[in-house]
Amino acid sequence: MYMMMVVALGLYACHPDPVVEAAKEIQFEIPKGWPQPVYQFENNPLTVEGFELGKKLFFDTRLSRTNTISCGTCHQQFSAFAQIGHDVSHGVDDKIGIRNSPPLFNLNWHTRFFWDGGVNHLEVQPINPIQNPVEMDENFGNIIQKLKNDADYPKRFAAVFGNDSITSQRILKTLAQFMGMLVSSHSKYDKYMRQEAGGEMTTAELNGLQIFRNHCAACHKEPLFSDFSFRNNGLKPSVVNDSGRGHVTLQPSDMYLFKVPSLRNLLYTSPYMHDGRFSTLEAVLNHYATGIYSSATLDPLLSNGINLTPQERKDLLAFLQTLNDEEFIRNKRFQEQR
Amino acid sequence: MKKFVGVLLLIVLFSMGCRKKDDPKPPVTNPPSLSLSFKNMVGSDTLTLETASYKNAHGDTFNVSMYKYYISNIVLTKEDGTTFTDTNGYYLVDAEKPLSREIKINNIASGSYTKIQFLVGVDSIRNVSGAQTGALDPFYGMFWDWNSGYIMAKLEGTSPQSPNVSKQFVYHIGGFNGPDNVLKTVELSFPNKAVVVSSSHTVIQINSDILEWFKTPSTVSIFNFPGAMNGGKPARTLSDNYADMFTVQSVTTTIE
Ligand code: HEC
Ligand code: HEC
Repeated sequence: MYMMMVVALGLYACHPDPVVEAAKEIQFEIPKGWPQPVYQFENNPLTVEGFELGKKLFFDTRLSRTNTISCGTCHQQFSAFAQIGHDVSHGVDDKIGIRNSPPLFNLNWHTRFFWDGGVNHLEVQPINPIQNPVEMDENFGNIIQKLKNDADYPKRFAAVFGNDSITSQRILKTLAQFMGMLVSSHSKYDKYMRQEAGGEMTTAELNGLQIFRNHCAACHKEPLFSDFSFRNNGLKPSVVNDSGRGHVTLQPSDMYLFKVPSLRNLLYTSPYMHDGRFSTLEAVLNHYATGIYSSATLDPLLSNGINLTPQERKDLLAFLQTLNDEEFIRNKRFQEQR
Repeated sequence: MKKFVGVLLLIVLFSMGCRKKDDPKPPVTNPPSLSLSFKNMVGSDTLTLETASYKNAHGDTFNVSMYKYYISNIVLTKEDGTTFTDTNGYYLVDAEKPLSREIKINNIASGSYTKIQFLVGVDSIRNVSGAQTGALDPFYGMFWDWNSGYIMAKLEGTSPQSPNVSKQFVYHIGGFNGPDNVLKTVELSFPNKAVVVSSSHTVIQINSDILEWFKTPSTVSIFNFPGAMNGGKPARTLSDNYADMFTVQSVTTTIE
């Protein structure tokens, strides 16, 4: 007993910092048949503790000035982390943004973020909503103060990083761990492609897949259902006159270009397009058939619209339903812990 | 017996595990130190924020409320042509914070230095590598969150010639890509050698002259040019102008 105490004392004297257990590593799994992701957690070792801290931050309203809005307010799991029922986002003091909250999944494969691609890295993406006056309207100085005063957070940061210092960099890296883990790869289509149970497609769905490959896949590229390029799909500019990518690059050739969105989980993410102008997939198909607005930057693939027979439309819609991933929107791992 | 082992262990542990702390210092040769001391000027006047009134090359009257710039990728060249690189050094000089104007270069190597090179801004790699810390913390308001990348330099103030209702002019200079690149490499020779030896302390005083923002190659009128906030041509024009705003004023070395 006495000896143990002496040993403890000796150790204590040489380690003035409390020894923190190393965080438990997570191996990020790339779904079978998918390309290598762009973001591979370089300089941000993925761990259980990091992911859990990122999740806690994602659902914490203290990241907003008014302590009322969290990332999860606009990005809800049952809506595949989009904001259901809002054409454009609603932030602090019910201020209204100009764009539709996009769903969040398979983000590690995106080359740029936002509808206009203004953000170049998953880790720096949250800076915008946090500082945006119509979203969370807060700054890192205040957030760090709030988190330091919390009983739990300093311990959580120490568990991830080895000490309890809280910095914007640590907040951003753990948020990226949570968001990067949001992988949706268990739709019927995925099971069909991997030849797993539950992947049996009907004739209509298989027809739809063929129609999709003929008319849509050039932009909405499999298996992520986006090639992550910026294109003008013929939406007529609204009164807001959002110039999309052009606003960022200032190039005339980029005017009215928007990032091609994934078509996974459409059942949960209505309304559609960057400004949420269509509330149904029928309306989207009507747009591609007869609504294409011609302008200097319209994508040449769409100059004649996409005309489908009523049967082709039905089959295409049936196929799009196979891209919904119910396991993803119900995954307990991504749920807020209360 | 037990007690004896315990005491022995105690001695062993203390003498082994903690040796570093108790080691006597090697004979006193203090490492050299070198710092850059930035002085912000407007022509021949030292910059006074807010209250002082200045005149630019176009003849516009203005005052300055904010002046900040990043200095990075510092390389010092010795007489014999070899160089010392300040790796991972990113510094934000802020006219409002006197301490930020003194940049201490860590682990400077001995030698006779004759010139310095640095980047005004943050190199492209750090603009595309995710969340950063230190002087690059987005908390400092020098990061564009809607068009990722650092603002390399900021100059804000008011002028009666400004067409804005607020009479403000606002220059946020950013862009690191292709034709929008505003990064400027500055190379300055010293008026006299900086002889860096052990126990020496060298201070290199570098002046930056805000008047240069408004002249050569382009004369800038605040009326025509009240804002540069989105990169592109306005930012390029101003950065081309300020590329030559730095001068080495003095190099002084003292030995302890
Ligand atoms: C007020 C609603 C709102 C809040 C709060 C909000 N977001 Fe968003 N989010 C949006 C909108 C709207 C967009 C699309 C903006 C655009 O494209 O201009 C978006 C885009 C994103 C994207 C890019 C997705 C893509 O496909 O490019 C990510 C990632 C994201 N948000 C994460 C977060 C995180 C993390 C937080 C919390 C720090 C957060 N959001 C808070 C509304 C919100
Ligand atoms: C030329 C490229 C291109 C082709 C071909 C194309 N799309 Fe799109 N699609 C886009 C772009 C770009 C957007 C985003 C436009 C915006 O919001 O400004 C988009 C948006 C959508 C959306 C809205 C998704 C959301 O989350 O808001 C749906 C649904 C959609 N497309 C379905 C289809 C279908 C079905 C086809 C084939 C019939 C198709 N697209 C063909 C480029 C294309």
